[in-house]
Amino acid sequence: MPETYIARSTAIAARMLGGEMMIMSALDSTFFTLNEVATLIWQAADGHTPLSEIVERRVCGEFEIEPEVARRDAEEFVSRLSEHGILLVSDRPIKESNSGSAETR
Amino acid sequence: MTRTTQIAQEVTIAVGGTPILLRCPDEEFWSIIEQRYSGFVSEVGWPACVFDVEVTQPERSISSVRELLVQNDGDGWRLERGDFRVAWNARTGEGRILQTATPYAIDTALRIVHTIVQATRGGFLLHGASAIRNGRAFLFSGVSGAGKTTISRLAPEEAILLTDEISYITRSGDDYRAWGTPFAGELARPGENAAARIERLYFLAKGPENTIEPIPAGDALRLLLRNILFFADDPELVKMVFRSANGFLEKVPAYRLTFYPDGRVWDLIQ
Repeated sequence: MPETYIARSTAIAARMLGGEMMIMSALDSTFFTLNEVATLIWQAADGHTPLSEIVERRVCGEFEIEPEVARRDAEEFVSRLSEHGILLVSDRPIKESNSGSAETR
Repeated sequence: MTRTTQIAQEVTIAVGGTPILLRCPDEEFWSIIEQRYSGFVSEVGWPACVFDVEVTQPERSISSVRELLVQNDGDGWRLERGDFRVAWNARTGEGRILQTATPYAIDTALRIVHTIVQATRGGFLLHGASAIRNGRAFLFSGVSGAGKTTISRLAPEEAILLTDEISYITRSGDDYRAWGTPFAGELARPGENAAARIERLYFLAKGPENTIEPIPAGDALRLLLRNILFFADDPELVKMVFRSANGFLEKVPAYRLTFYPDGRVWDLIQ
């Protein structure tokens, strides 16, 4: 099964607020609030760490979640954010020029 | 507005401390301006923007754009609706307005120009009423029907009503100020041309009794962004608005104000 790589789009503005990550798409102004698990995935979306590794090491390492449930939830989350151009998704590592410089405070 | 401005065929309208010079040879245009903006005429010598206005006679559709169009290409902005067309260079501040002889055209064009100007300065225009009481400004935001006009009507006599519809917020260093605007809602009268430091932001809801509750930071940001006026599908400006909203909430506390529609609610606002 091919790996999935995820990277934060540059066309967003994001901010950690009250323990939640707030993200706004600069393309369509949609607004998302991420919970703790989703925030962790978001922060780990560096373009070169496979999603499976993020789920296994970070999500399952820090939260008491069944690996299968965590994988399914992560895929759904990634799919939803990629629909709005907030996360970039590829089956190959994503170069830094396409990601990483999103406005995040 | 004095006759002098009519003779000179130009006038500077300053809303939110941002002077915009309008030039137009058409008498009908000046009667529109006089009705809506007479309290906001400024003597400032150096306007932020200058627009040459042409009024079409007789009225006809100016643009085929049915909905509002706001586009930018670098410094150049194009604003269009059926009743007006604006070409504006945000860097030089100069532009042209072609419009029908209706007050709504110039009103909408000015609102858009102000949102763009403020986006670059950390300020914004907000769907909300605002008033000054005891030297401090209070904002009352909410969707249509939340109670903006109601709370404005209930304001005590000593309160200075800045607007019942569109609040104008500017940033100056760490301070945020609310300014009166001529952009009226159901109350159908322009606000006072005054300004004060903002003390609190309230998101309105009507209810059986008057209560004030703090709003979690994330919810406040979501509500604020939902109510900021913004017209342009421009990624950089969207980021600026997001930054402005965050900066504002770092300095101004947000609350939910549930109120029963009678004057007692103002006992809580001072």
